[in-house]
Formats: sequence, structure tokens, C-alpha cells
Amino acid sequence: MLDIKNLHVSLEEEDKQILKGVDLTVEAGKVHAIMGPNGSGKSTLSYVLSGRDGYEVTNGAASLKGEDLLDMEPEERAAAGLFLAFQYPVEIPGVGNMTFLRTAVNAQRKARGEEELSAADFLKEVRAKAKALKIDADMLKRPVNVGFSGGEKKRNEILQMAMLEPAMCILDETDSGLDVDAMKLVAEGVNALRDEGRGFLVITHYQRLLDHIKPDVVHIMANGRIVKTGGPELALEVEQNGYADILAEVA
Amino acid sequence: MANPAAKQDPLEARLAALSMPDCAGWAADARNGALGRLRAIGLPSKRDEYWKFTNPATLTQADAPGASLFKHEEPLPFAEVDRLHIVFVDGVFDAEASDDLAMEGIEIERLSDAQTRDIHWAKDLYGSLEADGQTPVDRPLAALNTAFASDGIVIRVSGQPTKPINFTYRHRDESSDVILHHVVKVEEGAKVTILENGPAAARFSKTMEVDVADNAEFHHVRTQGRDHERRAVTHMFARLGENSVFKSFTMTVNGVLTRNEAVIDIRGDNATAHIAGAAVGDKATGDFHHDDTVFITHDAVNCESRQVFKKVLRNGAEGVFQGKILVKPGAQKTDGYQLSQALLLDDDSSFQAKPELEIYADDVQCSHGSTTGAIDEEAHFYLRSRGVPADIATDLLVLAFLAESIDEIEDETLRADILDRLQAWLDRHRG
Ligand SMILES: Nc1ncnc2c1ncn2[C@@H]1O[C@H](COP(=O)(O)OP(=O)(O)OP(=O)(O)O)[C@@H](O)[C@H]1O
Ligand SMILES: [Mg+2]
Repeated sequence: MLDIKNLHVSLEEEDKQILKGVDLTVEAGKVHAIMGPNGSGKSTLSYVLSGRDGYEVTNGAASLKGEDLLDMEPEERAAAGLFLAFQYPVEIPGVGNMTFLRTAVNAQRKARGEEELSAADFLKEVRAKAKALKIDADMLKRPVNVGFSGGEKKRNEILQMAMLEPAMCILDETDSGLDVDAMKLVAEGVNALRDEGRGFLVITHYQRLLDHIKPDVVHIMANGRIVKTGGPELALEVEQNGYADILAEVA
Repeated sequence: MANPAAKQDPLEARLAALSMPDCAGWAADARNGALGRLRAIGLPSKRDEYWKFTNPATLTQADAPGASLFKHEEPLPFAEVDRLHIVFVDGVFDAEASDDLAMEGIEIERLSDAQTRDIHWAKDLYGSLEADGQTPVDRPLAALNTAFASDGIVIRVSGQPTKPINFTYRHRDESSDVILHHVVKVEEGAKVTILENGPAAARFSKTMEVDVADNAEFHHVRTQGRDHERRAVTHMFARLGENSVFKSFTMTVNGVLTRNEAVIDIRGDNATAHIAGAAVGDKATGDFHHDDTVFITHDAVNCESRQVFKKVLRNGAEGVFQGKILVKPGAQKTDGYQLSQALLLDDDSSFQAKPELEIYADDVQCSHGSTTGAIDEEAHFYLRSRGVPADIATDLLVLAFLAESIDEIEDETLRADILDRLQAWLDRHRG
């Protein structure tokens, strides 16, 4: 599904290398988790994959279902099936959540040569999915993320994911800022989307989320590289001992 | 030119190209009074402080520069609104295209008819708010308008007419040079909505004087659009009584030169004055220069004024805002708000703003803010990351930027109509 090979990334503005050869493959139907110390490059990886400006790929490749991702515009990557739940969702004053969602859903459909969703069908679908995530009608009407609490923003990310039904979902610390109940809701939202055709890359600092979204593979990222890969037990080890042992072991 | 002196003096040259319509009595007095004011002030020039950001040369020269017609298939604004429709073609009243000038709750007629008779309310108003508006800043083009207006509509509202009154200004002749002057008197407790649309002329001078009496309401929604080469100078003079409401919104698209002046004089306590504008210009399809110049005087207690002006400028389009709130001694509990913002879609476009507060009372709340900014890159990327193409994402952010001014339109149907126009403009100017 998602293939990342030897990915090297520097900042455009300053001469600073952040990703120093990332190798990672997420197969369809699997959930991969990435853990790693602050500043190790996890968010940068997710931004580079989704096409944000400001980074320069100096080496390596990334593809989605065999298509070269790095060549595409952000919206093309989205239409190809890539989705990033942001660590810090952006507030957009003046753009209604509903308008935004409908524009996004229909733009992707159009890009894939599919028919646009009718206003009625869209409304029905968004209401059902919002309800499952306990997002009330008022939040749907408000401008995108404006005045949303931290947890509400994260649920809104999952709502977008549920509406867009992407093939490859990257979740960047979606659990941060969530209370226990909201975490369950979000996990249920993610689990509802799990199927053979879909891959997940879950970036998190805590085992807690992984109790609900059971990963198949866990990676440890440090200093711009994947330094260790293992099964779910690796996350438990981090939870108990921190990164010191792992980093010492690979150093 | 027959008179060689005319070449020396731009005012004389301009006057030589104009003729005062035949009228007697009060109208002749008002027009001659205005001509006197104009002669005393002279025409504006780009050396005047008040014209620092907008060169008036093409507005003052004797002959109007031509403006070609811009044809497209879209319906005109307000076409779906149930209205009393009044049509001017190149400034000439079109009886055939207009509805009968009659409606419950109002007296309404053409200036050219009214000025031949002794209509006390029209007589009291015509040219009088304009004359008051000449201090502290000269407005010579408004005086010229009062003196030489070829026609207009005079309205006295005593009830609450069920429909808005819509002036549509059609432009057919590529060299038309048009001067219209309307007066609107809204009597105590009465309420009216005036709509205006259309490019009007190659060069258009329009003045509206509005007297809003105690407990009365005046609502105004205007679109200026289409023809790229058109030029316009408009003046809105308003006087507000106690507990009165004045709300005016203008959408401007295209136009090589537009100067909209609003002079609002709040005389009665507890009055509300809102004036807003949304202007969008793209020089790729023709030069665009848009100037909003606003002067609000608070001369009463506990009044609220609000200015919300937004401009979206692309490919070298130019925007200007000059706005002043003057709070006179004794105008306590004034709540004055002024916002002027420009969204520049590239480095070639420019926005110049001169926001001013002048306050002589101590218990007032006044704020003003003026910003010039670009598209929020974070928001733009967020939208694109969800599959929204870059140009559509820009449009969404443009409409979001304009929202605060458009939201000043109270009526939902009118607001939706304006949004449709803006969306259509964005669709035409994509990429
Ligand atoms: N635009 C930028 N300018 C300067 N430094 C940057 C920029 N973007 C990323 N960095 C740096 O790159 C490194 C990796 O940042 P990144 O946000 O990817 O870390 P992370 O692994 O997601 O951390 P966290 O767990 O705290 O979210 C950090 O040292 C960060 O300061
Ligand atoms: Mg991060």
C-alpha cells in the first residue's frame, strides 16, 4: 500500500536534514504504529507524504499503491487515497465545516471520475457518521475547527477520514488531548474503517491508544530514521522503559 | 474648443461640457447653490490630500473616457427578488422597462418631474445633506452632481412598503457620461430597502441623499460590476435621527476606477449605522482601482457605527480605504468600529489605507483595524490535503475572508444573491 524507501528530507528554508533515510512499508489491511521521541521526525514524515510545502526530498522515494506520491499535488495524493489526521488541525474561520466536507468529498469523487454525492445523500451520511463520533449538529455548522476544543478537533479529523474513506490513513497523535471516552470513540471510528483494502499508520506516544487500535507492527523512529521494528510488544516495552534502552541498543 | 480660456482651467472645461437641466424655483436654487460650492472649491486633483491614493483626473476631465460593454449570460442581481424595479439606460429613465412608480406607503417620482413642482420634502433634502457634507472635507464631485444631475428618483417613505425598490443602471453606449441624484426621505417609524445594480455608464456620477427620521430604518444593498473599463464616483449622504437604523452594503467587481464615498451624520440618540463593502478585482481582466472613503460623525449619545470593508485583489489590482470616525463633544457612549482589510493574492496587488479616529468625548468605545494579508498557507494546505484543488481552496478562503462584510446584509435572500455573484466572479477568474 504505502512504500517508503530511503527517504531523506531537508528543510527548504534552512540547511537542516530531518529525515535521514526512512524505510517503511505498510501493507493493505495492516495497522502500523510509529513511536519515537519528540522531534524525531514523525510529523515531518506525515507532512512530506501529504505534500506540504517547505520540505525538500533529497533522496529516496514514496509511493501509494505503486503511484509515486512525491510527484503529486496534495489534492492528488488525497484523491489517490492518502489521508493525514493532523497533529494540530488547522482552524479556518469563515469556512463552514459542512461546506468544507462536501467540497472535499465531491472534489475527490470528481478527481476519480465518480459521480458527486447529492446534497441529501451527503447530509444523511455526514449526520450518521458525526453521530457515531458524538459530534453534534452545531459543530458541523461552525467554521472548520474554530473554537473547537482539542478533543473536538481530533474527532473532527476522524469524521473527515470517515467521510473520505481513504485507502491509507496516517494518524498523527490523534490520541493527544482526548479524554478516555473520546479516545474510545476515535478508536471505534478507526476500527470501523479497518478492512483488507486499507492501511493505517498510527503515530503515537502512548500504549493507551494501541490498546484500542491493535497494531500489527510497531516502529521506533529516532533522529530521522526507523531504528527498530517489532510486534505490539515493542509498544509495551516503550511504555515501561522509555526509549533509552532501545536507542542504546541500536546506537 | 471654442473658448480658449477653457483649456486653461479644468473646471471651466468641465463646466463647458455640462448643462443644467431646465428647472425653476427650489431646484434651480439648489443647483445654483451647488454650482457656487463647486466654483469655490474647484475640481479635485491628485495633489489633494483626500485624493492622495486615487487619481481623479479621468473623473474630472471634460469628456468621459469610453468603456466597452461586458456581455455575459448570467442573470442580473436581484432578478429573483420581488421588487419595485426602476431602470435607467445610460442614465435615461426607461419607463417601458420600469414598474409603475407607485407603491403602498411611499411617494416616488422622477427628479425631472419633481423639480418642476413645489414638493417640500424633496426641496428640503435635495443638495442639503450634500452641502452639509462639504465640511470638514471638500467633496467637489458631489457638488457637481447636485448642480448637473440629469435625473434621479425622489422617494418619501411614510409606511413600510412590502417590496424593496431596485434601481438598475444599464450601460449601452460606450461613451455615456451620466449624472444621477436620488433623495430618500424615510419618515418617522417608516422602513425601506433600496437595491442598486448595474454598470450604469462609461462614467457615472451618482449621489444619494438619505434622511432617516426617528425610529426609521433604511437598508441598502448595491452591486457595482461587469464592465471593466467603467468609472464611477458615488456619494451617499445620510442623516440619522433618534433610534434610527441605517445599513448599507456594496459589492464591487471589476471597474477601472470606482470611488465610493459615504458621509454619515448621526444626529439622534441610540441610532445605528452600519456600512460595509466587499470588492474583488483582478487586473488580468482589466485595470482595477477601488476606493472606499467613509466619514462617520457621531453627534448624539449612545449610537453605534460599524464599518466593515474587505477587498480581494489579484494580479496588480489596487484597493484604497479612507475611513474616519469623528466623535463630537457630548457624543458619549459612542460605540464605533472600523475594519478595513485587504487580501492580496499576489505581490503585484496593493492596498492603501488611512483609518482615522477623532474623538472629543471621554466615554466612548472606538476601535479600528486595518490589515493587508495573503492567503493563509496552513489553511490552504489543510484544504488541499482533503482533496480540494488549489484554486477551489483559494476561492473558499476568499469567500471566508469576505464573509464578515457580506454578513452585514441582514436579508437572507439578498445575502445569498450577493454570494452567488461573488461565486460566479470567482468561477470566471479562476487560475
Ligand atoms: N519548519 C521547521 N523549521 C525548523 N525546524 C523544523 C521545522 N519542521 C520540523 N523541524 C524540526 O524537525 C524535527 C522533527 O520535527 P517533527 O515535528 O517531525 O517531530 P515529531 O517526531 O513529530 O515530534 P513530536 O513527537 O514532538 O510531535 C524537530 O527537531 C523540529 O524542530
Ligand atoms: Mg509530531
